[in-house]
Amino acid sequence: MPPAPGFATFRDMEDTIEITVNGEARDIPAPATIADLLTRIGLDTRKVAVERNLEIVPRSTYAATALAAGDRLEIVHFIGGG
Amino acid sequence: MDGIPNAAVAPPALDDDGWEVAGLRFRSRLIVGTGRYKDLEETGRAIDASGAEIVTVAVRRVNLGDPKAPMLQDYVDPKRYTYLPNTAGCFTAQDAVRTLRLAREAGGWNLVKLEVLGPPPFLYPDMRATFEALEALLKDGFQVMVYCSDDPIAAKRLEEMGAVAVMPLGAPIGSGLGIQNPVMIRAIIENAKVPVLVDAGVGTASDASQAMELGCDAVLMNSAIAHAKDPVRMARAMKAAVEAGRQAFLAGRMPRQYVADPSSPLGGLIR
Repeated sequence: MPPAPGFATFRDMEDTIEITVNGEARDIPAPATIADLLTRIGLDTRKVAVERNLEIVPRSTYAATALAAGDRLEIVHFIGGG
Repeated sequence: MDGIPNAAVAPPALDDDGWEVAGLRFRSRLIVGTGRYKDLEETGRAIDASGAEIVTVAVRRVNLGDPKAPMLQDYVDPKRYTYLPNTAGCFTAQDAVRTLRLAREAGGWNLVKLEVLGPPPFLYPDMRATFEALEALLKDGFQVMVYCSDDPIAAKRLEEMGAVAVMPLGAPIGSGLGIQNPVMIRAIIENAKVPVLVDAGVGTASDASQAMELGCDAVLMNSAIAHAKDPVRMARAMKAAVEAGRQAFLAGRMPRQYVADPSSPLGGLIR
């Protein structure tokens, strides 16, 4: 049953924040940590590295690092290269 | 296969004790890149055939649209090979340092390859930016192998600053032109107290041998293998070429002279 007029949907009730990940703007539910974001994207945390606002985020702190609106993240991994 | 072992067919590698960089010991004197292959499967097979123990890798953004795409680690096992993260594609000291900090976090080790390049079409090393990046990386605790120009003064300066290896180019990256500057490569080797590697320019097996005959500690290449018609076979050729060049260097070549010197004795000829 669709929500009655005047009632917010569950989605609307969530707080979201806008962050930039690898140059792309993304809205994510808040509060969220780096670990939450990586899970949401579907990445294996053991194979990537994360930079947040030009600072490295140590892997051991992913679950404790909360994201804030406007954060700029780079998520990288190793690829073939010379 | 019984009988007295013939010294002439003993495996040549036994005479080579390997080389050391940043306190790590390696038997193979061939370092290979992992880029430009047809696919990851071919990458894995070629690297296996090369016998390399160190592979260079690049650091790039994860493709957020395809997070489950196969990764290099699935084909080139980081437990088997020492990953040497590079800064390929970095044109400023700042980008290079930022890239290697991410690489250290992704990989968990300090040994890296620094390259800061000038503009196309030559991608010649930008030494001023390279010095700047090296200084920042050393302060941050990295062990840095440095891609550099074929300039003995610059190479010496890198060593004095604390580079763990200097890696002059033999020719522009990906050009396959071979060692264009043997005199300067040799000058760098004679001056150096850290390992010297030719990095870039090797096109075929004889180029790799030549680098080793000049006295390099090792050779680094990517395109020469990846862009060969049969990369796996070329990887095998490069392994043999590096070993042959090293053996020739250790053996010490005969002196050059500009007149003939017959191999067979002139005495005892029939008349």
